[in-house]
This record gives sequence, C-alpha cells and structure tokens, in this order.
Amino acid sequence: MMIFEAILLTIITAATPLLLAAIGEVVVERSGVLNLGVEGMMIMGAASGFAVAILTGSSLLGVMAGLFAGMAMSLLFAALVLGLAANQVASGLALTIFGLGLSGLVGFPFVGAKREAMAHLYLPYLSDLPFFGRVIFGQDPLVYIAFALVVAVALIISRTRAGLILRAVGENHHSAHALGHNVRQVRLLAILFGGACAGLAGAYLSLVYTPFWTPGMTAGRGWIALAIVVFASWRAGRAVIGAYIFGGVSILQLHAQGFGLGVPAQALAALPYLTTIIVLFALSRLPRGSSRAPACLGQPFLPAR
Amino acid sequence: MTGVGTQDSGDQPLLAASAISKRYGSLLANDAIDLVIRPGEIHALLGENGAGKSTLVKILYGLIAPDSGQIMWRGAPLVLSGPAEARHHGIAMVFQHFSLFDTLSVVENVALALPPEPLAALSERVYRVSRDYGLDLEPGREVWRLSVGERQRIEIVRCLMQNPKLLILDEPTSVLSPTETSGLFRTLEAIRGEGRSVLYISHKLEEVRVLCRSATVLRHGRKVASCDPSRESAASLARMMVGEDIHDVQVKPHRGDGAERLGVRQLNRASPDPHGTSLADVSFSVRAGEIVGIAGVAGNGQDELFSALSGEVSSLPEAVCIDGQAVGAKGIVARREYGAAFIPEERLGHGAAPGFTLSENVLVSQHGKQGFVRRGVLDRSALRDCLAAIRQRFDVRAGEADPPARALSGGNLQKFIVGRDIMGAPRLVIVAQPTWGVDAGAAAFLRQSLVDLAEQGAAVLVISQDLDELFELSDRIAVLSRGRLSPALPRGQQTRESIGLMMGEAMREVAHAPHA
Ligand SMILES: Nc1ncnc2c1ncn2[C@@H]1O[C@H](COP(=O)(O)OP(=O)(O)O)[C@@H](O)[C@H]1O
Ligand SMILES: [Mg+2]
Repeated sequence: MMIFEAILLTIITAATPLLLAAIGEVVVERSGVLNLGVEGMMIMGAASGFAVAILTGSSLLGVMAGLFAGMAMSLLFAALVLGLAANQVASGLALTIFGLGLSGLVGFPFVGAKREAMAHLYLPYLSDLPFFGRVIFGQDPLVYIAFALVVAVALIISRTRAGLILRAVGENHHSAHALGHNVRQVRLLAILFGGACAGLAGAYLSLVYTPFWTPGMTAGRGWIALAIVVFASWRAGRAVIGAYIFGGVSILQLHAQGFGLGVPAQALAALPYLTTIIVLFALSRLPRGSSRAPACLGQPFLPAR
Repeated sequence: MTGVGTQDSGDQPLLAASAISKRYGSLLANDAIDLVIRPGEIHALLGENGAGKSTLVKILYGLIAPDSGQIMWRGAPLVLSGPAEARHHGIAMVFQHFSLFDTLSVVENVALALPPEPLAALSERVYRVSRDYGLDLEPGREVWRLSVGERQRIEIVRCLMQNPKLLILDEPTSVLSPTETSGLFRTLEAIRGEGRSVLYISHKLEEVRVLCRSATVLRHGRKVASCDPSRESAASLARMMVGEDIHDVQVKPHRGDGAERLGVRQLNRASPDPHGTSLADVSFSVRAGEIVGIAGVAGNGQDELFSALSGEVSSLPEAVCIDGQAVGAKGIVARREYGAAFIPEERLGHGAAPGFTLSENVLVSQHGKQGFVRRGVLDRSALRDCLAAIRQRFDVRAGEADPPARALSGGNLQKFIVGRDIMGAPRLVIVAQPTWGVDAGAAAFLRQSLVDLAEQGAAVLVISQDLDELFELSDRIAVLSRGRLSPALPRGQQTRESIGLMMGEAMREVAHAPHA
C-alpha cells in the first residue's frame, strides 16, 4: 500500500506543473496564437517564485510572484506578436532562450538556499476516505487549483460567449474582426492567461516539486506541455489525461529502473512521445471539425486598413 | 416609387459619402466617389469586376480606412475606427467572400454577430427567421458541412437579425437559387417598407431593374453615372458599366456529333457527410464538340459530382471514362494527362491557392506542361510569360504584374482560373459555376470562351445554377436533383419552366424533409 501511495503522490506532483502549463497554452492556442515560449515563462516563474518565497518567507507571495513573472514574460511575447505582428515561432523560441538566461540571473543569489515544500491541504472528510483518500485529497493547494482551472476553462470555452469569441478568433481572425470583435485584445488576454499559468507551473516546480532553485530546472517541461496541448487536441479536459500520462510515465520509468525491469529506461521514457504520435495519427483520421488545430494558429493578424 | 421616406427625416440622406478615395499601390481602387443613400431605398451599386465596389462598401463598413473623403451618417460626420463602430451605428454587411467560422455551428456563427443571448433561444429565432424569409437553415449544423449557397444564407440571415438601418449586400444572389432569390427580394422589400435602406451590389442587371429605384455606377474606380434602373434597360445599364456595348455570345446550333469524350456510367457515391447528398446511378456522356449543362439547386450533389469527375475522390474504374479509358480510380493528375481540365466552383482555396502568386497558381495546375519545370528547377520567366499571356487574353485586371491570388477581385480571379485552364487547350473541360459573381461583360466573355472551345472540338460540361447561362450555352441539359440526374435532353426540347419545375420539385422536397 505504502509504495503505491508514494508512487501516486509523485505522479500527481509530476503531472501538476505539466497540467498548469498545458491548460494555459490550450487557451492561447485556441485564440490562434502559438506561444513556444512556455519553457521560458515557466522557468522565470520558478526563479522569481523561489526568490520571493525566500525573501518574504511566504509561499503565497512566492506563488504570486511566479504567476506575475510568467505574465510579464508573456506580455513581452504579446508585444512582439500582436503589437509588431512578428513571427510567432521565432518570438516564442526567443522567449524561451531569454527566459532561461534571465532566470539564471534572477535565481543566482538563491542557488543552494533551502525551504520547506508548501504545506498540504487536507480536504475535510474526503481525505479520510479509505485507500487513496489521503493521497488524492491531501494535496498542496496548487493541485486543486489546476483541476479547478481545467473545469473552468473547459466550461468557458464550450459554454460561454467569451469562449465562443475565443474560438472564433482562433478559427478565422478576419471574420471575427469584420464582425466587430477585437482580435488583438482577445489574443492579448489569452496570452496573459497562458503566461500566468506557465508562471504558476514554474512556481510549483521550485516551491513544491523540488523546493530549491537550480538553473534550468524546468528541464524541458515547457516543451512537454506544448506536446500535451496537441495530444489533447486543444481540449481542456483531455489535457488532464495527457498531463497524467506524461507525468505518470516519467515517474514509472524511474521506479522501473529501481525495480530493475528488463525494459530499457530509454524505451519507457520515450513512451509519452510515442503516445503523442499515435494520438496525432488517430486524430488526423477523424473528419474535419472539432479535433483539428485552430485554423489561424500561428498566423499573424494585421487588420487591413 | 411612392411611400418612400415617411419619416420627418425624409429629405435628409441616411448616408452621404463624398469624394471617397482609396489607393492600393499604383492602383486607384476608389477615385473621389460620391454616393447618397436615402432612408427606405434599395440602392444599387453597379460596376464591372474590379470597378471598386467592394472597396467602397468596405470603407462604409469601417473595414478599411479611406485615404480621403468623408461620410455623413444621418446628417452628422462619421469617422469609422472599425466594423464594430459601423455596426453600432446600424450598418450591417454581407460579404462577397464569406466571413464565417467553419468549425462553428450555424447558430454560433449568428451569435457572434449579435448581442449576448442564450444559444437555445437564438437557435429557435434563427430557425424562424430563416424560414420566414425562405432561406432555410438548420441552426445546429457546422458550417464546413454546408454548400456555398447554404453558407450565403447564413450570412444574410445573420445580418437580417441585427436589425440594421443600412444593410449592405455584396453580391448576395450570385449563389442563390431562383426561389431563394425571390425570397430574398421579398425580405428586402419588407426591410425597405420599414424605412431601412439597402445598398445592393449585383451583376444581375435584371434583378437590379426589378428591385432598385436608384443606382450608382462605377467604372475603373470612378463614379460614372447615377440613374433609376427601372427606367433603363439591362443593355443600357451594362453600357454604363463597361463603357461600350456587350456582345451576345455567338452560339452555332447543333454541335456534338463527335466521339464520346466523357462517359459516366452508373456513378454511385455515398456522401461521407451524413448531411451531404449521395450520387445515385448518375449516367451521361459528353461528346467532342458539344456543351452539356447540368442544372440544379446547390446542395443536390453538385460538389460530389464535380469531385468524382475531377478525381478528387475515386470511384469504380468504369464509372468515369475519358476517351473510352476507365479513369474512375485514377487521380486528378492522371485525368489531366488525358487532356481534361477542371474548374471548381470555389475559387479561393480550391481553384487557386490564396497566398500564392498568379504565376505560382499557373504552375500548380499546369506543371509538367509547357516546360515550366526543367530538370526539377522552376523556369520563372516561362511562368511569367504564360501569366502575361493569360492576363492579356482574358483581361485579368490587378494592381501588380504577379499579385497573390487573394488580392484579385472575384471576377478577375475567375477570369484567371478559367483562362489558365483554357490556355492549355484541353480536350475536355468540366466547369462548375463558370460565371458566378462575374460582371456581365466578363461573363459573356467567359461563356464565349467555352463556346469557342467546344467549336474547336473540345467536350464541355457546365454545372451551373444559372438557367439563363445553361440555355445560352448548352446543347443538352440535364437536371441534378437529390443526387439523381435526369436524362440530358437537347435544349430545344426543354423550357425554363420544365427545368425550373424539376429543380423546384427537388427543392420543395428538401425543404420539407424532416430535419435530422
Ligand atoms: N487589399 C488589396 N490590395 C491590393 N489591391 C486590391 C486590394 N483589394 C482590392 N484591390 C484591387 O482594387 C480593385 C477594386 O477591387 P474591388 O473593390 O474588390 O472590385 P469589385 O468589388 O468592384 O469587383 C481591383 O483591381 C483589386 O484588384
Ligand atoms: Mg467585389
């Protein structure tokens, strides 16, 4: 029992930052913007979050700092791709490189600093449930926030007018503009939301997952979050499945090595990517419509005046 | 026309634009145009393709900013920062090229143009409004499943539901059936009766004569006349637009005793889309030197038939034969090698790649021919020469020498696409809606090109909703309704009424079929 609880716990902690970053990117991409800078925003969230938490001693302030750092990074991205209609792929890559560098600078004084991981929040009654109750309902607050975000984003995208406008802007920005919707404003808000989520994911890494700072500690998780968005076919609900598969496999592969299974660790580590390829293939067989990428994804928009 | 302008503001124009100019590079798309629209009138805006009509109405709708000129709206100056502001003032517009969201449903597309409202209630309203105006729509369907005609209906219904003071329609009837068109006219009359105004762009001059009591005529970006269309003839209107007389298409009777070029035998194709139309036992033939017309209302299997003939979807090998060779299982390139050319209905995206330049679009359909590629390397200068020849012979007008396809106005793009395929001297041409949204002069020219081609011995198949066009061109006419094709009878044995009846019958059945 204990070992399974431990594994489940680590899977949840591994999946949560992926989920947070992916859910933000789902919204960004639904608006028609491809932000490849998730890794850069995430690591800035991790560095700033940890720095502020050490300086103030408050986890809450640390989390807020991570969130705002991610947003600030995304604002930079927005200025490039919305303000100047720059190429989104190039701007996103630049943002990642910039974030990796800047975070090293911000975090430098805090290398080696240590603090306790964020306290867990045991949900009354639910955490007393037998078997996994204590693991599932006794998590840090960000795990619950991640799930709340998934539900909220899924409902907003599919059920509300704001979500309809978001989808419309991503599907055909010219038409949305012609109908009087402010394409760039919608995209700005989506990008900021994506930045906040990525920043939050970063803060989770440095405040919960491994409560210390090392440069480059995101270790490619931003890229995995981008893969999860595609895996989830731009649906918030499916991002949960993606995040837990990716998170789960990365943990199981560690344990598999520990148990000395006959399968090479590299093969196990490749599983999530293999799954993505299979899912992408399956999606491409579906008829047109809901499971495709937003039609304007990655295209700059400049209203012809 | 009496009963116009019953309000106290009767003498004040609803909209008065003066000296509107807009320049695109070296091309003056609008050159100091004046336009006055009074309350409660249906005002026609006439002009050839590329005359600047769409540019002018986009300025009135705030989509593009004029270089100079001013707009007075109900007596006060109006400077539009964007479409949102135009809509706020009560200006609505139906676009020539659709502005719909493919993956969204009909009702979602409508909702995006209206103030917030629960979708369920809106669905009900969309259904009712579309039904009342004879523009049937199923609110729940996704747009990408719909035909061009159905998409146009969404655009119109969406505008009507905005209760505008001025409704701008940029070539709304080009793709509507006769029944749909008369339904729209009733709607527009009703709108006019309520004291609202309509700015109406159309190439169908007969329509304009029936519907409009005032018109502004543009030619090459300048206003050349304003008149009362009901007091003009279609010919005199056309003369104002073009500046010279339009020649009738010269058709020599009775061609088509040549060998069979295209043979279709029991072509069946279940539509992959549950709402699409399946082809059932379609059989006909087209002989060298004749033009066969296929009439029918959009959505009765035209798209399916075209894609089966062009090879975009395959069928049983013997179902489609070119020159006696079974090609049903072959692709579009193989069929082109038999001398066939295919000109689809949808120009941007299907007939031409919007972002490619015209010369690149020539290459896309004609590669392998005429030495455009030598040892795997493109010969750009040969492409440019070919493009220049097409542009000269088919009078394709644009600002630059080699613009991207999307920068062309609809009619000019159509002339380019038809020209591109006809320049290759095909032996079999299959064309859908050859003159959709094309001005009278260009339409006559395109039809003449098809007739000349048949006279030179090619077999021509025309799929069109335009009965006048089919009667003008075709040696034999068949009707496609609900995926079934009637026998192709000689033109002399049929009347517009008999064909209209077959088309209409099908439509009434469709309209009354229980909605899935
Ligand atoms: N965005 C653009 N860039 C360059 N040229 C354009 C653009 N839009 C229109 N034009 C040119 O302006 C002219 C007028 O076009 P348009 O107003 O669409 O004509 P119409 O609607 O009367 O057929 C055409 O020659 C067209 O090629
Ligand atoms: Mg036009």
